[in-house]
Formats: sequence, structure tokens, C-alpha cells
Amino acid sequence: MLKRLIPHPFLSLTLVFVWLALVNKFTLGNLLLGMLFGIIIPMLTAPYWPDRPKIRRPLKGFEYVLIVLWDIVVANIQVAAIILFKREKNIHSQWIVVPLDVTSAEAITVLAGTITMTPGTVSAMLSADGGSILVHCLHTDDPDSVRDEIKTRYERRLKEIFQ
Amino acid sequence: MSTIVEALIALSLVVSGIFGLVGSYGLVKLTNTLQRLHAPTKATTLGVGGVLVASMIYFYAKTGYLSIHELLISVFLLLTAPITANFIAKTYMATSLKDSDLPDSQSSSGWSIYDEPPASRPGSGSVQ
Repeated sequence: MLKRLIPHPFLSLTLVFVWLALVNKFTLGNLLLGMLFGIIIPMLTAPYWPDRPKIRRPLKGFEYVLIVLWDIVVANIQVAAIILFKREKNIHSQWIVVPLDVTSAEAITVLAGTITMTPGTVSAMLSADGGSILVHCLHTDDPDSVRDEIKTRYERRLKEIFQ
Repeated sequence: MSTIVEALIALSLVVSGIFGLVGSYGLVKLTNTLQRLHAPTKATTLGVGGVLVASMIYFYAKTGYLSIHELLISVFLLLTAPITANFIAKTYMATSLKDSDLPDSQSSSGWSIYDEPPASRPGSGSVQ
């Protein structure tokens, strides 16, 4: 019964928080309205979420968010430095292929987003079977180390969180 | 408002301005479309982030309440920026690059805009 009423507890909880943050004021009425949204929206959108992602270790998720936020700041400075101080012919852009160990669509989506937001890399495409991801690197002379960093720093953690 | 708070607000505004400027300069300086993609997705995130931090400090100092709107804006920004970049990259590849321009996928199928997904895995694993 409870499972039918709230098919995606995390989604419902997120919706309540986002609603409270949007109105920017905590009152009982707003909380009830947010809970109403938290129940109705997942019900209406349930057909679009056939498999629920299994989040094994939510605490690891917080660690991941903090690491990514820090990396975004570093990425901004590095990219700015490349744009400002490197001559055009010295910028060596390359394609990097990262074979994936994570298989769930959610984990791959988060990984692709992370790659785009972090140091000098943009995720461009997946292989048709979801087995590897194509990454464009703005400047690197050592593509293998970039690939290894993506695998150890982000993918390993996502594997712990999702599988 | 104390001088320290004003200095903090000014600092974040200046930082955000610098990053916004560098991002735009990157668009002019870099020539390859895929290289250009790097400038707006990264430099601008910190550019907008700086303004949001400044706004949060300002309203906290003025009213005493912590405004959460700015946090929401940055969350939405972080969620949407990679998707835009991915769409632009894909469109560029579909119109200007051939399969042979890209490295091998090291996987059982080729890259998704040139190759069909294997029939055995409907809807699982692949987000394309």
C-alpha cells in the first residue's frame, strides 16, 4: 500500500525540499502542499521510471557531491588558465575512450554529467550498448592518466553508491 | 553592513566577472567547436556561482535570513549545463564528423549516433 502510494521515496522527499526552498518560507501550509506534490508527481510520472535505482550508500553520495563541487572550482581555474595562457597551437585536444564498469542508466548519467563539469573534459557520447563513454579533453599530453583518474576518482565511488 | 561583508560581496562579484569574461574570451580564441564547448560549460559555472554567493551574503547581512533560492539556482545550473554541452557535442558530431574520425569504442557496439544498440538489452544500461 505504502509502496503504491509512494513509489519513489527519494523523489518524493526531493520534491518536498525543492518546493519548500522555492517558496523560501517554512509554514505548515507550504509543507502540506509540498507533500501533496511529493505524492502526486511521482504517481503521474511513475511510467517513466521503470527501474528504481538502488542507492546502497546515501552517505557516500554526500562525499561524492562535495568532491565534485571542489573539482568544479578547480576545473574552472584550470580551463581559465588554459584559455588565457596557452597559445592556440599548444592546446592539444584529444578524444579519450573510457570503458565503463557501471551499468545502470542513472549511474552512467551522473558520471557523464560529472565528467562534463570537471577538469578540462566534456563527455560527448556513449557507445550504443552503454559499455564505454567518449570524452573530449581540452588539453592533455597523457590521455591514459586522464582516463584512469575518471575511473578511480568518480566511477569507483559511483559503483559503491549505486550497486 | 560591515566593511568585511561588503568586501566579501565585492570579491565574489569580481571573481564571477573575471570568470565570465574568460569564458567569453575562450569562445573567441578557441577555433574548434568541441574546444569552444569547454569554455562556456566550465568558466561560466563559477561566473554565475560567484554572483549567487554574493547575493546570498548580501541578503543574509541585510535581512538575517539565509536565502535558499540561490542554492536552488546553482543546483539547477549544475544539472542542466552538462546536458546542454552533451546536446551541442552530439549535434556537432552528427553534422560534421564521421565514424572514422572517432577512436574505437572498445566495446561490442560502435558509438551511439552511428550504430544501433544491441537488440538483447531493451532500455537497460543505455541512456541514449
